[in-house]
Amino acid sequence: MGSITLEKVSKSFGTTSVIPEIDLEINDGEFVVFVGPSGCGKSTLLRMIAGLEDLSGGRIIIDGKDMSSEAPAKRGLSMVFQSYALYPHMSVYQNIAFPLKMDGQEKSAIDKKVRDAAHILNLTNYLDRRPGQLSGGQRQRVAIGRAIVRQPKAFLFDEPLSNLDAALRGNMRLEISDLHHQLKTTMIYVTHDQVEAMTMADKIVVLNAGRIEQVGSPLELYKKPKNVFVAGFIGSPRMNLIEGAAAEKHKASTLGVRPEHVQISKTEGAWKGTVGVTEHLGSDTFIHVQTEGVGKITVRTDGDFATKHGQSVFLTPDPSRLHLFDASGQAI
Amino acid sequence: MARAVTTRRKLVFTILGWSIGFLIFFPILWTFLTSFKTEGAAVATPPQFLLFDWTLENYHEVQSRSDYGKHVMNSIVISVGSTLLGLVLAIPAAWAMAFSPTKRTKDILMWMLSTKMMPSVGVLVPLYLIFRDWGLLDSRLGLVAVLTMINLPIIVWMLYTYFKEIPGEILEAARMDGASLMKEIVYVLTPMAIPGIASTMLLNIILAWNEAFWTLNLTAANAAPLTAFIASYSSPEGLFWAKLSAASTMAIAPILIMGWFSQKQLVRGLTLGAVK
Repeated sequence: MGSITLEKVSKSFGTTSVIPEIDLEINDGEFVVFVGPSGCGKSTLLRMIAGLEDLSGGRIIIDGKDMSSEAPAKRGLSMVFQSYALYPHMSVYQNIAFPLKMDGQEKSAIDKKVRDAAHILNLTNYLDRRPGQLSGGQRQRVAIGRAIVRQPKAFLFDEPLSNLDAALRGNMRLEISDLHHQLKTTMIYVTHDQVEAMTMADKIVVLNAGRIEQVGSPLELYKKPKNVFVAGFIGSPRMNLIEGAAAEKHKASTLGVRPEHVQISKTEGAWKGTVGVTEHLGSDTFIHVQTEGVGKITVRTDGDFATKHGQSVFLTPDPSRLHLFDASGQAI
Repeated sequence: MARAVTTRRKLVFTILGWSIGFLIFFPILWTFLTSFKTEGAAVATPPQFLLFDWTLENYHEVQSRSDYGKHVMNSIVISVGSTLLGLVLAIPAAWAMAFSPTKRTKDILMWMLSTKMMPSVGVLVPLYLIFRDWGLLDSRLGLVAVLTMINLPIIVWMLYTYFKEIPGEILEAARMDGASLMKEIVYVLTPMAIPGIASTMLLNIILAWNEAFWTLNLTAANAAPLTAFIASYSSPEGLFWAKLSAASTMAIAPILIMGWFSQKQLVRGLTLGAVK
């Protein structure tokens, strides 16, 4: 079991409020991602769940028990840190065995659990090495191994992939998702990378300035962002947010349209513009167009679309996929 | 782009490097050589480099005239004792400042260091009087106390820098893994801090070993360490270069040998967080 409930949880440092009151329900076995720009309080929130930061108010309930003032170890959670936080003076084996040793388990039981974890994570050949002799990806796996052996109620990941290079990050993303399917344990994952959030999460919690902007499945957030912030944060390249006459036509203060929902043509369309920078990714092409009266629009089109800098083009947004927001930024 | 290094350039800098190294080492070498000369040869002009009558007479003479063993013992007791006492006081202090700093931590560190800015001679008279009244003059206990106080700021600073390098996340990981404070200290903190504590200890033993101002001014015969032993061969009896050199060689030999074997630790101590 591993359900976690946050009830009016808040945090302030001195007089500065970092997290106003937050309510959140995390169900057993869910993969929940906290995402938001840096400084939005997502890591602080995770550390509060872990017990590494005290609450300024509210309660944290884990499996029906109020754990708000319990010590970190008593909460039955495991954490994987951004810097891996491995013990540099211990071998991989000792690192993974450490939580079991602290728990006072028998040597033979520890040995079995460590070897099982090492097997799952492909670390069997590295058990005698020190963390310093491992690559970034291997270190991250050791950190995950150390978290697994405790058989926690939930795993907490604090930006675990941000120290890895792009290729490895993609691999580890799959490995962690795989692990979630194998273990079926609740996972809370903090990241500022919306691609990680979209690809891994069952449920995404978008945070901004300590507040929850929206909670939902990746596709819910993509299709029905509740406000301008979520609209701009989820999706890559980001949604075009248009103000002024074009938005007023739809009785909105801001009009949002995703780059993939704009048609580009060399002959006709709703908005006329000139091509600026074109980014060819092979599979896709991102074209940045300066339009007359509407502003800068990013368009996503197929990989073979050929344009030249300064060329005149016409854009047409898909009318069924427009997002409308009122003056306060809320979706209409 | 890597900077192109021509062979000639390399040669010039190699020669320059060795020359500077030799220049720095020369006084020690000269002292060592002089200790094997007769008094006459020691003051000869032009100076004789290697071609002189090598003799061990100075060492015999120094041995018979003073009790080298006693001075060595004093040096060991004073330097090791003051360093250990310093560590006992400094470890909790540095620990607290590194892991639970307050707004005033930086000020306290600066204030500690500022005590090193006053010249020692400024407190000589009051300290001398206190030592006299408390019966600490010419005692090992007194010297251990004074050297501990002198070196404490440096010990605290060094340890603070080392402890600062231990990432807080590792301690948090230990807490998540269920380690109590005691277990956290025994299994995680101490093993990680040992290299830092060791190099701090080595450097301070050397500093205390070579400290001459207080050891010369506060001792006479009983507690006199090797610095006083060397000094006794200079002024009072006129300048006997060869014997003075023999005494110096004998005085610096133990610490030089210790320094040689602990080079790696020491260099790390001296570059203090310069390289991450």
